[in-house]
Amino acid sequence: MTTFDLNGRTVSVRSPDDTPLLWVIRDELGLTGTKFGCGIGLCGACTMHVEGRATRSCVTAVGAVAGARITTIEGLDPEGRHPLQSAWIELQVPQCGYCQPGQIMQAASLLQDYPDPTDQDINAVMAGNLCRCMAYVRIRKAIKLAATRMRSSP
Amino acid sequence: MLKRIVIGVISVALLGLLGFVALAWRPAMAPIDPPAASEFADVQIAKGRVLAGAGYCVVCHTRQGGESFAGGYGLRTPFGTIFSTNITPEPETGIGRWSLDAFRRAIHEGVSRDGSHLFPAFPYDHFTKVSDDDVKAIYAYVMTRPPVRAAAPANTIPFPLNIRMLQEGWKILFFRNGRYQPDMSKSAEWNRGAYLAEGLSHCGGCHTPRNLLGAEKHGDAYGGAVIDEWIAPALTEANPSPLPWTRDELFSYLRSGMSPLHGVSAGPMAPVIHVGLAAVPDDDVRAQAVYFADVDHAFARQPAMEAALKKALATSSLGSGQEHDPDARLYAAACIACHYNAGAMPLAVRPELALNSALTLSEPTNFIQVVLNGISTKDGGPGLTMPAYARALTDTDIARLAAYLRRTRTDRAPWVDLEKKVAAIRQDLAAR
Repeated sequence: MTTFDLNGRTVSVRSPDDTPLLWVIRDELGLTGTKFGCGIGLCGACTMHVEGRATRSCVTAVGAVAGARITTIEGLDPEGRHPLQSAWIELQVPQCGYCQPGQIMQAASLLQDYPDPTDQDINAVMAGNLCRCMAYVRIRKAIKLAATRMRSSP
Repeated sequence: MLKRIVIGVISVALLGLLGFVALAWRPAMAPIDPPAASEFADVQIAKGRVLAGAGYCVVCHTRQGGESFAGGYGLRTPFGTIFSTNITPEPETGIGRWSLDAFRRAIHEGVSRDGSHLFPAFPYDHFTKVSDDDVKAIYAYVMTRPPVRAAAPANTIPFPLNIRMLQEGWKILFFRNGRYQPDMSKSAEWNRGAYLAEGLSHCGGCHTPRNLLGAEKHGDAYGGAVIDEWIAPALTEANPSPLPWTRDELFSYLRSGMSPLHGVSAGPMAPVIHVGLAAVPDDDVRAQAVYFADVDHAFARQPAMEAALKKALATSSLGSGQEHDPDARLYAAACIACHYNAGAMPLAVRPELALNSALTLSEPTNFIQVVLNGISTKDGGPGLTMPAYARALTDTDIARLAAYLRRTRTDRAPWVDLEKKVAAIRQDLAAR
């Protein structure tokens, strides 16, 4: 029995301690915005926030996040209007869309640490998020657009 | 003639044995009725709670999934596994019938209520330094915990080493009974830190190497040691961290489990900070930081810090560009998103690998452990978790990452036998 905060609500789950957080969120709790891509923490599709920091949930055991604050793509903004989400829509970033929740969650974490990110910062922090449709150029543009807006109205 | 010599030798041996037994014998202390909680003043219990935190007693005296202080934790030593005892105030299986005198004798001299010697797995060689007043407060705290009925499993020390009376020999060789003596040439804060570190916190218990008979080598105090398949690094100048452990870094680490210029707490050190020292007030934690900053002569090494920091941070972006090295690409896929740092100072929540002793220790043990186990909410620091890559990366992958980081982030000689070492640690984790 593991208890944690999910998008602002306290939840308790019955999955065994070593169940990857991704399965707990998708299967036991029914939030399917976060995707499975590789299962070994190397593609980034499973990215969500633990205590506000991007984490690969497919290789994080639910037991390891007991008591922590978890945020999924559904909880990033109550109305889905986080500056990153708005920029994503404005610039029509996604192609198939599968990697995008992970990309957005990772980018949200990036902008917390680096509010005015350079290309090197974006390359490094987004390196673990793969996009098979190769929308990288639009992802980068959207990150910079969101960053500019977040800096001018904190 | 020969007969006389033989009789003479046997007599001397018998006399010696009798003499030893006389030395080793300790009287049993009369059992008492378990004291009621109301017999202890609240302020004493509160003081005892802090001191028991400094000594993180609960960490050793609780088995995984067991009740607090009820014992049963198996400490693996070169002589066998020794199980911690039940120190709840339960009368039959715990210490409910121990008087304050019996408790004090155990702490100061390593002798149980019944007169038998305790094994130095219980670090009485450190606890002997604790003042009588503090022992009284710890007694008040321990005797007011919920009683739990639980007997510890039998130790697995082979005969004849398990004969407790023989511990007197160990004590004659290695133990000096005595309270902490302040060093008058040092500040009060330093002395408070030394009193805690050398006494209750028994840091040397893990961080000082031991001789063949299991005693700490006082000539190499804080020289580092292997504990439970982790390395407890040296706390002296021999510590291989690229930057010295200053007072501020030590305080940050001991208080929160995070230090921006070194890394986060993991492995056996995590509960010391998060379960034990968490109960200790800032002043006492700072005092220990002052003490250890002196032990490692951090002040003398501070001028070189800026250059070393710059050099380390220059490697942080390796792996983020167009990489032709497949090991760099693996690092970029698995690690750089969280471990990258830009700018002049690393963020505490972005543990900078080039500043971490996990890469500069002579063995890759700690690096492998963290990669396999990750960092949970119980380790590290607030707001920090790391996934466990045990089921995600093969031994070869982890070996490649270790070699890549050692090569690009340090100036040290390459580690050897990496894949074998990863496999060995994995096997050890599976066996637990």
